[in-house]
Amino acid sequence: MSTPTIDDGTLADGHWHDSAHSRKGFFTDTSICIGCKACEVACKEWNRNPQDGTFELLGSSYDNTGSLGANTWRHVAFIEQDSERIEKARESGRKLVNLGMPTIRPRTDESAAAQPLDGALGAAAEGRTSAGLPTTPELGVDLLAPGALEPTDLSNVDTTPPDTADFRWLMSSDVCKHCTHAGCLDVCPTGALFRTEFDTVVVQNDVCNGCGTCVAGCPFGVIERRDDGTINTPTDRDDRKAADMDVPNAGTANKCTLCYDRLVEGQEPACAQTCPTQSIKFGDREDMVDQAHDRVAELHAKGLTEARLYGANPNDGVGGTGSVFLLLDEPEVYGLPPDPRVATKDLPKMYANAGIAALGMVAAAGLAFLGSRRS
Amino acid sequence: MSTSEYDSYRPPEPEGGRRKRRRGGRGGPGGPDGSGGRRGGRGGNGRGGGWKNRGADGNREMPMVEDVEFTSYYGRPIVKAPPWGDEIGAYLFLGGLAGGSSLLGFGAQLTDRPGLRIASRMTAIAATGIGGAALVADLGRPERFLNMMRVVKVSSPMSLGTWILSGFGVGSGVTFAIELDRITGEKLLPLGPLRKVLHAMETPAAVESAFFATPLAAYTAVLLGATAVPTWNAAGRNGLPYVFVSSASMAAGGAAMALAPVAETGPARLLALAGTAGEAYAMSAMRKRMHPAEVDPLDDGEPGHKLHRAERLLIAGAVGAAVVEVGARVFAKKLGGRSSGGSASASGVAGAVAEAVGSAGSAGVAKRSWKTRAVLRGLSVVSGAALAAASAYTRFGVLEAGIESTKDPRHVVEPQRARLEERRARGITDDSITTGR
Repeated sequence: MSTPTIDDGTLADGHWHDSAHSRKGFFTDTSICIGCKACEVACKEWNRNPQDGTFELLGSSYDNTGSLGANTWRHVAFIEQDSERIEKARESGRKLVNLGMPTIRPRTDESAAAQPLDGALGAAAEGRTSAGLPTTPELGVDLLAPGALEPTDLSNVDTTPPDTADFRWLMSSDVCKHCTHAGCLDVCPTGALFRTEFDTVVVQNDVCNGCGTCVAGCPFGVIERRDDGTINTPTDRDDRKAADMDVPNAGTANKCTLCYDRLVEGQEPACAQTCPTQSIKFGDREDMVDQAHDRVAELHAKGLTEARLYGANPNDGVGGTGSVFLLLDEPEVYGLPPDPRVATKDLPKMYANAGIAALGMVAAAGLAFLGSRRS
Repeated sequence: MSTSEYDSYRPPEPEGGRRKRRRGGRGGPGGPDGSGGRRGGRGGNGRGGGWKNRGADGNREMPMVEDVEFTSYYGRPIVKAPPWGDEIGAYLFLGGLAGGSSLLGFGAQLTDRPGLRIASRMTAIAATGIGGAALVADLGRPERFLNMMRVVKVSSPMSLGTWILSGFGVGSGVTFAIELDRITGEKLLPLGPLRKVLHAMETPAAVESAFFATPLAAYTAVLLGATAVPTWNAAGRNGLPYVFVSSASMAAGGAAMALAPVAETGPARLLALAGTAGEAYAMSAMRKRMHPAEVDPLDDGEPGHKLHRAERLLIAGAVGAAVVEVGARVFAKKLGGRSSGGSASASGVAGAVAEAVGSAGSAGVAKRSWKTRAVLRGLSVVSGAALAAASAYTRFGVLEAGIESTKDPRHVVEPQRARLEERRARGITDDSITTGR
């Protein structure tokens, strides 16, 4: 049994020692996501997850799934943005690039010294004209990420489709992050959640008693208790045969397992395998992070300063995520928290406070008895 | 007089009243961006003075970080609320009540206050039993509740809490059995020779139960704090344990005031008064340290009503308890000896029990002063009940405020943005989850 308990503090974190496997993870490159939702379908099919809701239209572009949850382990977000929003995203991306990066001058620095540092990126960062930009990106990335080029550059670049400068569609397939410091795993009181040999976080549904602590523990709102899933559509509720089918693992916490059952067989997760554009990549986490860094540098070189990575930083509040994302706007635009922090990081301080409070209560009770002593 | 420019900063008066102002009034909702970048807060109803309204009395520092613009994914929640209903709220209250009562029971045993001792121990075991049952009932798979005892996990406050509650329940159960045996004249329970063993365990069991009592009252605050739910997490980091132990003291003191004779409940009154002071102080200190977007759910909607009700009951109960305390000291003679029963206004089972236990010796005194005693007892019962209710409202209010805080992504994004920007302003740029390369 590989259930983590208290005996080793580092055990629950995402560094499984002496494992024959390396840490696995996703790299979800949203810049080439086409919003086909094949990942959602493949995930549901493979994991036999019940349906969510009643097939209603949610009025949020093409997203009628809503969010990740007990029954939805892949969720494709759709965001429609106008030119102002695109410009903002590009601007915030630029700021991000300049943060803590001594090799790139701040954008306000207009001196020529920036030029030798990084040709295209420097050009984009400083808002200069398209001299440093490739006029025709070979991989067609500009088409897949509409509005790829600076609106100010449009007069010089005629290859950009005219309808993408003031509109773009962001699509992003969200999934469990399989955090290095997993809040859900830390707070699970039954040991139902465990860290696998692939450094992923998985629920044992035959152990989980549905206390719901993990739901509150997840800073990304991924894990959820399966309370109301159904595998029947409203139309076939009357069909007795359909009604007799049980929702699997009802009343227990459910989330993405990174297809643990497939990994142990040497296969890749269903969503990654089915993704037609390879927006969802699967592999060793280290490779994924390397690919992510390469990709974001590539996009920056093309002037897409809005591109940024999410979860690739091991210093962040959750110690880096197993599922790394390349985003084209601020994380909250995609419904991701901008500064998640595993809540158990604060535990020592909270326990200390609780201890002082408890002692205070003992003291108060003691004084109360002393104070009402009778001579 | 300071000459620092930051000390002289006074935030502008908000337009249209402090509380009603919608935060960050600039830019329209979402502006012209069809990005799904809606401003959240559909449910927020505009409470929640923003960043800069904070401390509009000018006594606070100038905010060093710019207010951040808020975007979200169609206003949908980022963090999920745990599936915790009224059962958990009831348990938060009952757990505190049980812990505090056990302390009172132990103290009463040491200071020979049989009425208080019996009432407290009965309260403790009843609260433990009902609270435990509520916990099990709230599970998704109640039949698997024993799985809680598969592991001992320090990183999981709920795991520790399970063991604390279990440990507490053992001692509490034993003392209850002893009391029950005494009340039934040592006849009802078919113990035989084991009766001596049982009674010999009274002090060890009481000590054991008291040992777990305050952790039982405090751990629930850590349990709520160690979550990603913004209001709970912020509260947990900023002193929720103090609020909860105060609330527990108040509840236990109040329950004892309501159930035990006035002459014996001096310690209960003092404990309850300490609890009211502690809660009032800890709660306001906690709110001050939290980000406004994390405090809002404590003020708004139903949770806000509950917490306001709790405040009013707290004040009423505290005044009542203080009056009873003064009365009990002034009329100490009329109230008779320490164990004079004094339950002219019988208040439930425990009152009757206390009467049965109390020596019936001071009948003469009782006759002369029954009016005083009745008034004090009545006031004690009412204010005790008010204090217990205040505690319950506090627990339910905090629980529901947290659940409410997950519904609007504003409560998640704004504090996180603020702390991220604040770190960046301090030059820490290497710990963001979003990176430029």
